[in-house]
Amino acid sequence: MKFGIVRFPGSCDDIDALLACQRFADAELLWHGDRSLAGADAIVIPGGFSYGDYLRVGAIARFSPVMEAVSDFARAGGPVLGICNGFQVLCEAGLVPGALLPNSALRFLCRQVELVVEAPDTAFTDACAPGETLSIPVKHTTGCYYAPQRMLDELEASGQVVFRYAPGQNPNGSLRDIAGVASADRNVVGLMPHPEHAVDPLTGSTDGGRLFASAIAYVAGNAPVAVH
Amino acid sequence: MAGPVGELGADLRARALELGLTGDEYDDIVVRLDREPNPLELAVFSLMWSEHCGYKHSRKLLRSLPTEGPHVVMGPGENAGAVAVGDGLAVAFKVESHNHPSAVEPFQGAATGVGGILRDIFAVGARPIAILDSLRFGELDSQRSRYLLEHAVAGIGHYGNSIGVATVGGEIYFEAPYEENCLVNAMCLGIAPLERLTTSAAAGAGNHVVLFGAATGRDGIGGASVLASAELTADGASKRPTVQIGDPFEEKKLLECSLDLLDRGLLASLQDLGAAGLSSAASEMASKGEVGLDIDVGRVPLRETGMEPYEIMISESQERMLCVVAPERLDEVIALCADWEIRATAIGVVTDSHRLRVLAGDELLGDLPVEALVDDCPAYDLAPERPSTPIYPAPRRQLPDAGDPQQTLLALLASSNVASKRWAFEQYDSIVGSRTVRRQAASAAWADAAVLSLRPDGASGAIAVSIDGNGRRVACDPYLGTIEAVLECARNLACVGAEPLGLTNCLNFGNPEKPHIAWQLSRSVDGLAHACTALAIPVVGGNVSLYNEGGEGPIYPTPVVGMVGYLPDPGGAAAIAFGAAGDQIALVGPFVADLAGSQLEKLRGELADRLPPIDLEEQQRALRTVRAAVRAGGLSSAHDVSDGGLACAIAESCIAGNIGVRIELVAAGGVDSALFGEGPGGVVVSGHAEAIATLRREAPVAVTALGEVGGDALELAAGDATLSVSVDDLSRAYEHGVSDHL
Repeated sequence: MKFGIVRFPGSCDDIDALLACQRFADAELLWHGDRSLAGADAIVIPGGFSYGDYLRVGAIARFSPVMEAVSDFARAGGPVLGICNGFQVLCEAGLVPGALLPNSALRFLCRQVELVVEAPDTAFTDACAPGETLSIPVKHTTGCYYAPQRMLDELEASGQVVFRYAPGQNPNGSLRDIAGVASADRNVVGLMPHPEHAVDPLTGSTDGGRLFASAIAYVAGNAPVAVH
Repeated sequence: MAGPVGELGADLRARALELGLTGDEYDDIVVRLDREPNPLELAVFSLMWSEHCGYKHSRKLLRSLPTEGPHVVMGPGENAGAVAVGDGLAVAFKVESHNHPSAVEPFQGAATGVGGILRDIFAVGARPIAILDSLRFGELDSQRSRYLLEHAVAGIGHYGNSIGVATVGGEIYFEAPYEENCLVNAMCLGIAPLERLTTSAAAGAGNHVVLFGAATGRDGIGGASVLASAELTADGASKRPTVQIGDPFEEKKLLECSLDLLDRGLLASLQDLGAAGLSSAASEMASKGEVGLDIDVGRVPLRETGMEPYEIMISESQERMLCVVAPERLDEVIALCADWEIRATAIGVVTDSHRLRVLAGDELLGDLPVEALVDDCPAYDLAPERPSTPIYPAPRRQLPDAGDPQQTLLALLASSNVASKRWAFEQYDSIVGSRTVRRQAASAAWADAAVLSLRPDGASGAIAVSIDGNGRRVACDPYLGTIEAVLECARNLACVGAEPLGLTNCLNFGNPEKPHIAWQLSRSVDGLAHACTALAIPVVGGNVSLYNEGGEGPIYPTPVVGMVGYLPDPGGAAAIAFGAAGDQIALVGPFVADLAGSQLEKLRGELADRLPPIDLEEQQRALRTVRAAVRAGGLSSAHDVSDGGLACAIAESCIAGNIGVRIELVAAGGVDSALFGEGPGGVVVSGHAEAIATLRREAPVAVTALGEVGGDALELAAGDATLSVSVDDLSRAYEHGVSDHL
């Protein structure tokens, strides 16, 4: 089992994601100009400011060569996790539904929050119980989840809302307190909180490890996916 | 001794004065060159001989600081100092000011302050892992202060968050003398394998000088001389073009590229471009290497058309580095930069001429002896004179003299200098890098010093770091106040179990040409030297920021001290939160509560002209005692007594732990003094009864039992006064004191 961590110029949490994944399995960095995923079984798109994010967040990264390979991998059922900027990139690439808007306070916010697991049947929540709460930090300026009301209803009905901020803890004005969503096939998950910063008792919570452990279980329980 | 002053000479002399040089300094330049400088040469001299670059009024004083110690691997003079931390690793660190740019344009001023200090750290080959900031503004009820605060904090966050370096701590004080002239001091520390530490000394005649990073524009022209080395004036807004514009994405690439170049051993030396741009970087590299440099301004990549050669030489455009490369490695350097999407251009060569020569192709535009630019920069003796009347007006009164102690406690917790700065700290990414074990304003990890794990480097220990400086107390007594700043930093480190390895400082003062400011500065440096010598903490680098005065007068004298220490077990670092009910509480150290210089005194509209005396040997014993007790592992919490006195320190530990206490104090010197008096040397600890009993029995310093943890209120008896305040009420006052203004 090997995680591949995508690294754009401007990625900030790439090494953090690498270190977190290496607690659970093999992991290596994938450069933005590569079209190969180096045989990775699961992909993590980490946080940061890809290409500086001087355009709309994630809007440039989605056109990078590596994202072509990630998109093919995702469409073939491969597990892909987008964290923070990675979530923004997945939204821009159309791999998960919805969009991320500036925080309601229009400021960067770094804070530990409680997340409720709403969908324990995705590639990254297999090891969680429904309704379980995870303590994981958020840190972002553009994390207010938005989708049209009808789409939100559909996402709720189809179980694609994966994580919600615990009551009273929504840090950014996200509609319906949504912190993370999945693709229709549940193999692609994007979330604003940073599970890679919740894997070490020394630096806080270890709840984020549940996402990486889930991916391992998911890969073990599935036929090998087509890798490009 | 002036040279022949013809018509051109007279013009040049007038121009020199405009650029901030004195008439005598101009004459001195003519002597050193043995001719009139041309306008380009004059522009370079005006910056190299500015206070900001040349330390004209502080260089002699700074010689008294101790700079050597067993852990020092790089001392003052390089881009940053560094200390060894074991396992083949070094920590490089430095603090620098960006005060005047921030007063003129707070967002970019603060952002580029962070960008500049980050470059200093990776210029010596270290990977930046943490940023701390020391900020000073006028009182929060001033609209200008709120504007400066909001934009400076946003600027710091913008740069640090975007480049992915954790901002783990700092301090913010609000005092009227900073109303016009705010202070923005940024400290950065980085980790390097010892063998990657790099000097900026140019070497090897015939080697190439390569400029890499952003293109050069007209931003920041004259920032170091016109803006940083003169008092702020009412037309500050007109100086906005002298403030640089930051691009953290470019710097992120530049950082990764620089470390990659060093890891591959491709560079002979490396230097960042900061104040005075190419002029300063080239002169410093040549001076340290005792060589000459030829720079061809025609080869410098520009972002604007029609730039004059002198503008190219002094531009302070951000995100640029200069390196020296052997000819056979040039292609590889250019190619590696291209991989990182960084522009790199060979713009000159190292010579053995000991001259900085500026060329445009074959045309010689300037020819300056390096020694004259760097070593011959004038160093002035100060003319200190103790003022006979107060320098500062009394602070505005906010509390009556006699008040109910309970109301006083809540007022102090809500006062801007004591209240939580969570509003600011939550705007900073404090966890990127996966090292942050302890930090500020986060309940579970809230500690007096930030603690950063070395595990990502394959080592088991951790680094602790704190930044401190209370200008109002230094105004009361510049000598003792500065000693207190060093002690507070050391105490914060002791509270997490860390041993100090080295210190950096930023000396923020008014105009040193005024005798009373010269007195503050010289007394302060005496205090710094005395404290560092007594505690055996070497000064490995620093920065001086003078001329911090607005229309209303000088700022409080504000020496800011940044200290780095080592602790073997990051998991054992104490936090400030009281833990379990039943834990015993004690006060460790030679703390003598005194209202002089306290926050309460300020709220009562007074400013003392004294501070209590300090016994540094006893302070050192207390620091060792606290450090040993924390490392022994028996304590649940440790928190130093600082702003707001003992009662505020206890209240903060209650707030952090969300648990109450029962406390009994002897109030020999009066209730207000016992509860809210301040002074160095006190740490409030809590732990199992047995651990506290052992500490009381064995400590070589005073350990006073204070009470017990438990309940949901702070219950306190002192003399004939009793207080009972719920932890919720304490939290409310503390959390809303600053944020409600914004």
